Amino acid sequence: MELTGAQALLESLHNEGVDIIFGYPGGVVLPLYDAMFADKRVKHILVRHEQGAAHAADGYARATGKVGVCLATSGPGATNLTTGIANAHMDSIPMVAITGQVATPLLGRDSFQEADVTGITMPISKHNYLIKKVEDLPRVIKEAFHIARSGRPGPVVIDIPKDIFTTKFDYKYPDKVDIPSYKPRTEGHPKQISMATKAIQAAKKPVIYAGGGVISANAANELKELAEKCNVPVTTTLMGIGAFPETSALSLGMLGMHGTAYANYAVTDCDLLIAIGARFDDRVTGHIAKFAPNAKIIHIDIDPAEIGKNVRVDIPIVGDVKKVLRALIDKVGPKEKHVQWVEQIEEWKRKFPLAYKQEGGIIKPQYVIEQAHELAKDRDTIIVTEVGQNQMWAAMFYKYTKPRTWISSGGLGTMGYGLPAANGAQFGRPDALVIDFAGDGSIQMNIQELTTAVNNRLPIKIFVLNNCFLGMVRQWQELIYDRHYSHTNLCNNPDLVKIADAYGAVGMRVTKPEEVRGAIEKAFAINDRPVLVDFVVAKEENVFPFVPPGQAINEMLID
Amino acid sequence: MKHTISVIVENKPGVLSRVSGLFSRRGFNIESLAVGTTEDPNMSRMTIVVEGDESDLEQITKQLYKLIDTLKVFDLPAEKAIQTELVLAKVAASEKTRAEITQIAEIFRAKIVDVAETSMTLELSGDESKVDGAIKLLTKFGIKELVRTGKIALQRGSAEL
Repeated sequence: MELTGAQALLESLHNEGVDIIFGYPGGVVLPLYDAMFADKRVKHILVRHEQGAAHAADGYARATGKVGVCLATSGPGATNLTTGIANAHMDSIPMVAITGQVATPLLGRDSFQEADVTGITMPISKHNYLIKKVEDLPRVIKEAFHIARSGRPGPVVIDIPKDIFTTKFDYKYPDKVDIPSYKPRTEGHPKQISMATKAIQAAKKPVIYAGGGVISANAANELKELAEKCNVPVTTTLMGIGAFPETSALSLGMLGMHGTAYANYAVTDCDLLIAIGARFDDRVTGHIAKFAPNAKIIHIDIDPAEIGKNVRVDIPIVGDVKKVLRALIDKVGPKEKHVQWVEQIEEWKRKFPLAYKQEGGIIKPQYVIEQAHELAKDRDTIIVTEVGQNQMWAAMFYKYTKPRTWISSGGLGTMGYGLPAANGAQFGRPDALVIDFAGDGSIQMNIQELTTAVNNRLPIKIFVLNNCFLGMVRQWQELIYDRHYSHTNLCNNPDLVKIADAYGAVGMRVTKPEEVRGAIEKAFAINDRPVLVDFVVAKEENVFPFVPPGQAINEMLID
Repeated sequence: MKHTISVIVENKPGVLSRVSGLFSRRGFNIESLAVGTTEDPNMSRMTIVVEGDESDLEQITKQLYKLIDTLKVFDLPAEKAIQTELVLAKVAASEKTRAEITQIAEIFRAKIVDVAETSMTLELSGDESKVDGAIKLLTKFGIKELVRTGKIALQRGSAEL
């Protein structure tokens, strides 16, 4: 059928099963927005800043497992998307970002609102395209979605010049993708799997180190099955939170810079480390030469380039985590309990639990998280975070049991991620209780997205742990820079309750520990608009355990 | 240690930039890079000389494979490959030195492709040691300008990709 490029793009999105896109209009995408005026099958959510569109698409993708889609105009619209694209890239989140571009005759002439988007996004995307012929559009869209969601997922950028949107052509959507140079390997090598099986069978002190790859492969059930069949304790990365139930006796919680003491001790002491969909990030390993020094390492990952990138690996298995775990479960025999090892871990858990003291009439941030957990744990809840102390406390003091219930910016550490990502998550899971744990610094970085939430009556709960500081940076200044609180005092912030009110959201302030629970209950009861609760918390509370940069992970400050 | 690697990529706009960007971003040093089309017009072949140890080479190879447009990457060690490079050298020359330069050119099987009042331009090809040897001998006359294509390489024997 004959369509314009703009109509063809909408038709293609529809064919890909896209039901929602997050975007912001502008000059060169006018023809596309005009086509949207007639074709409303794909719901368009108007954000208030393009960064909010990218993070919303990302939050939507993490909550649903589907590809998130965002849209921006050329030049500044596109450059505003880039933080969100880089964020999705670092955390391997499937996303398609569509940007308008100046018309092809104007390309390369420093035209109005021109930016070299394929050039800019090359290092921060899985792949990108500049469409120069309208006939290529259907194939490019098909390929982009395939690349975004297959193999190691990631963001794909499609840059479309204005004249492509208006050119008519004979549209046909391809039903197959054929990219000869892109064939991700999904089956683990049988020989490697049998080597891994033997190593697991022989191990006396094994630990599983699970990352975000378990979640993107939808392999949480397989992880649980393997861990339970072989009695192997499991620690997760920040990205792996939710991949393994933290209520299980085998759970060690998170490892690394702000990991639990028992996870870090177990990894340091283990004789077999089974890394699954994780990438040995510096925040996980600390001093890399001292990371799991006595362990044989099995590394399961879909991305061959991750094998051996940061650490030497004894048994690499390249493949889809779900398939590889299934093969391992089938092969490995039931294993006797490592009584001594489990006993040792129990002792560490008893000696070094996650702890804080709620005292002196001032709200401790950890207490807010714990109370929220108490009240939300029996509901279908998704926790989203900003970045910094709020994120670490939310990671440590909330107990996660299911995948896709924890949404946080891991690799890039993007302040301002939480609010728009919470919006995206709520759009993807309308019935879920979505809570964004925020800091008083990060909440302001994309506060304009409160409008998006209000206009769409999203009942997200924004719990600001307001300590009047850029807390994590302040903590480093306290511990490493002689308490030189250089530019981290945020006490001159605006009144967040009034801000919430001005946006049309509900704002509340809580200053006393005994009011925390009631405020959370009240917030949970509001279902037709967002709620922002400003919890005025202890100013100089620190996140512990803390592994100072450059130290081994067992050399942590416990309190 | 130097490695010569061949990278077969889809012949598409921006591919060179993807490959070179990858090297700079990941901190690998490109010593030389030569690129052109292959027997199949849809494919380009890049010959890249890089400095690094075995684990660097492994990482480079895997990272190159991650690029969607990369079809094949392989190492071409000197003993398994024909390696050659083309050089144009504009050498200062006078009536007195012209004969000697011509002689050197003959020894190295270089072609004299241009002669002017005060210079001669030589076209020379061969492996690294031959090219470096010739340049060394020509230096004493004064090399006014020099251009090298960078190494290209092909595996020996009748094997194809």
